[in-house]
Amino acid sequence: MADINITVDGRKVTAAQGTLLIEACKSVGIEVPSFCYYPNLSLQGACRMCLVKVEKMPKLQTACTTVISEGMTVTTDSDEIRQARKSMVEMLLGNHPLDCPVCDAGGECELQDMTFSYGAAESKYMEPKNHKDEQQWSPVVYFDRPRCILCYRCVRVCGEAMDVWALGVQNRGVSSIIAPNQEDHLECEECGMCIDICPVGALTSGAYRYKTRPWEMKHVGTICTHCGDGCKTTLGVRRSDTGMEIVRGDNRDKSGINGDFLCIKGRYAFDFAHHDDRITQPLIRKDGRLTPSTWEEASALIGKRFADIRDHQGGQSIGVVGSNRTTNEESYLLQKFARIVLQTNNIDHHRTADFPAFAAGVTGKPESTASMRDVFNAPAMLLIGNNPSEQHPLLAWQIRNNVRLHRARLYVINSQEIKLRRQAANFVPIPEGTEGDVASFLAGDDSAIDTAGNETSDALKPLRDKLRSEQNLVIIFGSEIRGDDISSLVKFGSNIPGSKFICLGDYANSHGAADMGLYPNLLPGYHSISDIGIFHQERGGEIPQTPGLTLPEMVESAKADKLKAFYVVGANPVGRLGLDPFSFSQGFVVVQDMFLTQTAEIADVVLPAANAYEKAGTFTNTCGDLQLLKKAGEVNGTKPDFEMIVRIADAMGFDVRKLVPFGRGTRADMGQSRGAQAGEADRHAVWLEAHGLEPKMSPFDPMAILDEIQRLVPGYDVSRMDLQAGD
Amino acid sequence: MRFSEQFESRFAEMLTHYPTKRSVLVPTLLYAQDESGSLSDEVIKEIAGRLELTELEVRNVISYYSMLTTHPRGKYNVQVCTNIACLLRGADELFEHCEKKFGVKHKGTTADGLFSLEEVECIGACSWAPAVQVNYDFHENLTTEKLDNVLDEYRRK
Amino acid sequence: MAELVSHPDEVRVVSRRFGQGATNLDRYLELDGYKAVQKALTMQPDAIVNEVKNSGLRGRGGAGFNTGMKWSFVPKQSAKPKYVLCNGDESEPGTCKDRLIFEHDPHAVIEGTVIAGLAVGSHTGYIYIRGEYRYLLEIMQKAIADAYARGFLGKNIFGSGYDFDVYWHGGAGAYEVGEESALMESLEGKRGIPRIRPPFPAVVGLWGGPTVINNAETLASIPHILLGGADWYANLGPPKNGGTRLFCLSGHLKRPGVYELPMGYNLKKMIYDVGGGIPGGRKLKAVVPGGSSTPLMTPDEIDVPMDFDSMMKAGSMLGSGGVVVLDDTTCMVKFALRIMKFYQHESCGWCIPCREGTDWLKKTLIRFHSGGGLKKDIDNILYLSQNMLGRTFCPLGDAAAMPTISIVKKFRQEFEDHLEGQPCAFEKESKIEQLPVLA
Ligand SMILES: Cc1cc2nc3c(=O)[nH]c(=O)nc-3n(C[C@H](O)[C@H](O)[C@H](O)COP(=O)(O)O)c2cc1C
Ligand code: SF4
Ligand code: SF4
Ligand code: SF4
Ligand code: FES
Ligand code: FES
Repeated sequence: MADINITVDGRKVTAAQGTLLIEACKSVGIEVPSFCYYPNLSLQGACRMCLVKVEKMPKLQTACTTVISEGMTVTTDSDEIRQARKSMVEMLLGNHPLDCPVCDAGGECELQDMTFSYGAAESKYMEPKNHKDEQQWSPVVYFDRPRCILCYRCVRVCGEAMDVWALGVQNRGVSSIIAPNQEDHLECEECGMCIDICPVGALTSGAYRYKTRPWEMKHVGTICTHCGDGCKTTLGVRRSDTGMEIVRGDNRDKSGINGDFLCIKGRYAFDFAHHDDRITQPLIRKDGRLTPSTWEEASALIGKRFADIRDHQGGQSIGVVGSNRTTNEESYLLQKFARIVLQTNNIDHHRTADFPAFAAGVTGKPESTASMRDVFNAPAMLLIGNNPSEQHPLLAWQIRNNVRLHRARLYVINSQEIKLRRQAANFVPIPEGTEGDVASFLAGDDSAIDTAGNETSDALKPLRDKLRSEQNLVIIFGSEIRGDDISSLVKFGSNIPGSKFICLGDYANSHGAADMGLYPNLLPGYHSISDIGIFHQERGGEIPQTPGLTLPEMVESAKADKLKAFYVVGANPVGRLGLDPFSFSQGFVVVQDMFLTQTAEIADVVLPAANAYEKAGTFTNTCGDLQLLKKAGEVNGTKPDFEMIVRIADAMGFDVRKLVPFGRGTRADMGQSRGAQAGEADRHAVWLEAHGLEPKMSPFDPMAILDEIQRLVPGYDVSRMDLQAGD
Repeated sequence: MRFSEQFESRFAEMLTHYPTKRSVLVPTLLYAQDESGSLSDEVIKEIAGRLELTELEVRNVISYYSMLTTHPRGKYNVQVCTNIACLLRGADELFEHCEKKFGVKHKGTTADGLFSLEEVECIGACSWAPAVQVNYDFHENLTTEKLDNVLDEYRRK
Repeated sequence: MAELVSHPDEVRVVSRRFGQGATNLDRYLELDGYKAVQKALTMQPDAIVNEVKNSGLRGRGGAGFNTGMKWSFVPKQSAKPKYVLCNGDESEPGTCKDRLIFEHDPHAVIEGTVIAGLAVGSHTGYIYIRGEYRYLLEIMQKAIADAYARGFLGKNIFGSGYDFDVYWHGGAGAYEVGEESALMESLEGKRGIPRIRPPFPAVVGLWGGPTVINNAETLASIPHILLGGADWYANLGPPKNGGTRLFCLSGHLKRPGVYELPMGYNLKKMIYDVGGGIPGGRKLKAVVPGGSSTPLMTPDEIDVPMDFDSMMKAGSMLGSGGVVVLDDTTCMVKFALRIMKFYQHESCGWCIPCREGTDWLKKTLIRFHSGGGLKKDIDNILYLSQNMLGRTFCPLGDAAAMPTISIVKKFRQEFEDHLEGQPCAFEKESKIEQLPVLA
């Protein structure tokens, strides 16, 4: 699109045709104040804060609704403009309760900021204010009408962006009021987007209300642990009796792949972290009962038993189960520990999507996986199976908003009437369980869908033709499609120029767990066991040559009394996979977890684990985007799985330097971490970290092993600078 | 929910007048209110369903228009214009007279449910002020005596 | 039904058929009805637009934009259907003229609507009538049905091969819905919140299609222009202000009523000759010249021709034709309060300055009128009004601010007289009750 040249406050500004004046100003650092304008939501022109002078126009114009045109000359600051903005704030304050000292938004309120900027604090207003009591609309959403400035952001984000449409405007004039869909309460998805987007304290969250003030928290940017989409989240944490408590999560700064989006889980589900049932001490079974113990005793016991069993019964008599929720570093370390320390390939995890088949399918096809960002920008998308609105909220958000804002075409094939059909240009219902057949059909096998009935095939044929005529199609498929069907789908996609894929898996780091080689037959990066190659050298130890046992095989083996030790890290196979708890009654069972799960209950030793909000490392989302976790919360007494694995290796007498290559990197004078030079130290640290040169001071530093992962696992050699930046 | 045949045939016809269903909403609500006195939850649900709108959307629209109400009114809604032209010709007296006569305030309804009183904005009778609308009937060039006669007739109806 | 009046100075164009039984279609035909549209069917669209442009007809809804010019903004080619929309929401206090047109000459509105459609290449017209005018909606429904029955509307009108549909639409009580873009929202079944402009309705209007929107009186004038010719019409008024208009005389007058007078008719004459002057030997205090939105004028300002340009020059506006006359028994504070109460009640609430400004002003004026005013309030009222002016999302904010500013400026003394507990010289206590807020 052609570029347009305008002049703002005497500066030349060039921006693409169709750009809004407010955005053009922002692009050169000129901030035009706004309440109702919000990027990617429909335009309102309601708050009148963004009034600017456009030459040749008699009245001030709203920068948020004015599209730039060639030669436009604009003034954004003058006495007249400042007065206009000041009076808007004054008028708002006329009916505003000014209860800032007790308001949740105090300290991060856009009305406070604006009042400060335009000096509108002097009150001309003597009339009684319109009062209305605060209302609770749902467990999560509270509404305080007098604080509301009617910017309609909440209404729009709920309707346009979330496609929920639970909020509206009731009455008119000064009686106008934001209204929930059930008259006095809300029935909605409880995503909290409305609360987050509210510029003032009118909408507040039941989870955070009155708990603390913004400036009393520390804010840590990390990755949400609740699903495979990997939203960036900024956690507000503060000290508590038991460590650091997570008070809230948001992504107001829009850093990261999700912009300001978070779903209900990402925004509110923290109670698990400080739950009373958290284990905070190692437990050892004594006289049949799990009894609190010390780390020394627990590590020594595990080290001794693991070493005994390995040395006397052989590594094949030990089974290891990894997790979909631990970091890449932990998963990598766990399989390395299993293979070179325990001398076993008996390692597996709760498998979700068929990532190995997908990896095999796209090998040798560079650029064939789509990132979460690609989903927002693709001209067309095909979704087969899954229900992203529930299982992948960010993905659903990206799809919806790509359709809404970019008029992208969405094609949906599903056995259920999933919500995203509302955005679909074409929705084809199929019988449950035929997703794989559809993949074959798309790849050209017309007979594959014979069983699905005529209606389905009649609908799928024109759809296939349409898809074949697309370009840069993003093909997203659920875990219903596995094995050969994945290769069919990839084959179909390969004939569409520029097409890319996303394979959907359920948990926060399922993709990472798979990539890191939590398989009995696959090494990190899906290399076959037989294809050891460079791994020996890297691993500082010999790897057994035969593939190990899968999880069900381990169970059988335990029942046959062949498997003598079972090491479960962040998984609950008894509870989740219905594994028979008595299978392991004879063996030595070690479990690392946050809670006393059904699996932990049968353990001989239970170690209290930190969750992903409580440690550093990386996660790989379902698209394959690699992202950095930072430690935000803490529960005293727990440790990251990484540290526990290292401790066990150490207790087994293994040289931990061969496990975790710490101590390399540059030693630098980090300067002061407090006082005037603190910023300096931070900047050095950022640069060093960004270049992988930060001191890796101990074997507990997960970053020490990231280098290794990046060398060995295809697709992980992303720049550290980008990883640091969070995008 | 049952409306009159006339309502139904008009509704069906109106739907053919516009490219979107929703367009019939405002007049339909007023006609529905004429039949059932006010826009009850049941009516809202019915109309929302017919027009494929959420009840929230319908409520948002109702609350915008001053003639639409979710609260039942008296059989005769006495709407006294007190806007400028009427004000200059004695609208305040008319309104106060009604307040006393009915023993109710703005938007109140008499105990027998016969009359509601409402102070309204200009009803387009400025040259014949002061004016009162009872339901949809205009009564103009009023004095308190004339208004009494008018109201008595409604009472007798 | 509303009483008709007459005066020798009247020039009957739009009101020509008032009281003639023209709601009856046959009667309407006898009185030259539907001749203009048949003539229009023989004309090129551009020729119709030019004729209207040259007639100097300016919008009778209040803003006074040249009608032919407005029509010429409608794009010739359009992917979406084009529409003609008749604005019969008449709600501006002081205005009661469209009511008479609908009551006495509904077919003229229909005919004007069809001609506008021919001029811009539209095939569908809507006639929006405010909800309070139920009896007029019924008259219109019948008129439309009659016209369909004769083949004047619908497919192949007058056997011309041109299709044109006209539909009626009723409102439900909202002044703001008279604003053109809010009217479209209302017609689409939504809350009457105005739209962002540009794009203007002529380009993006109803359901996204190009839309001509005109006041009922404007459209009812069209057939007369086509039959009488642009020159004839233009010459009825001063330059650029063609024709006649319906003036609604109300307030403290001996002979209030709706009179059709040539554009440019002298305001003073209108009050004293046509309206018969002030009754009871009282004196003139102020005039609202064009509906409640226009700045008030004092007795020494009223020797002006009532046309758009002269009134602008005189510091006020011609507005909607509602001339409200105030005699010297009127309390100007109370009058200002009543106006503000109206705008506060009718503000759609969309934008801050109008929503909050009108509420604040209303509250201050209530306090003022009931004797609680402070000296600084007077400047505060001005300050607030001036800060609303030109900064609201739609012109309703201006409409609230303009009369207020004029009253405070021109009758400041009366505000001073109300200060600090002094009883209102015109009555003892405010009888104006506050409308409930935050219902
Ligand atoms: C608040 C407000 C209320 C209005 N009310 C009316 C009205 O009731 N009738 C009307 O014809 N125009 C009304 N207008 C003017 C319309 O917006 C529009 O200008 C007019 O219908 C155009 O027709 P015209 O060019 O024939 O005058 C109103 C404008 C505003 C800002
Ligand atoms: S919580 Fe989410 S779904 Fe519920 S009202 Fe707010 S934005 Fe809408
Ligand atoms: S509740 Fe908040 S987001 Fe919603 S309109 Fe009010 S101020 Fe804006
Ligand atoms: S000025 Fe603003 S609040 Fe007032 S009616 Fe117009 S848009 Fe609504
Ligand atoms: S930001 Fe432009 S009007 Fe609100
Ligand atoms: S002011 Fe009362 S009818 Fe117009």
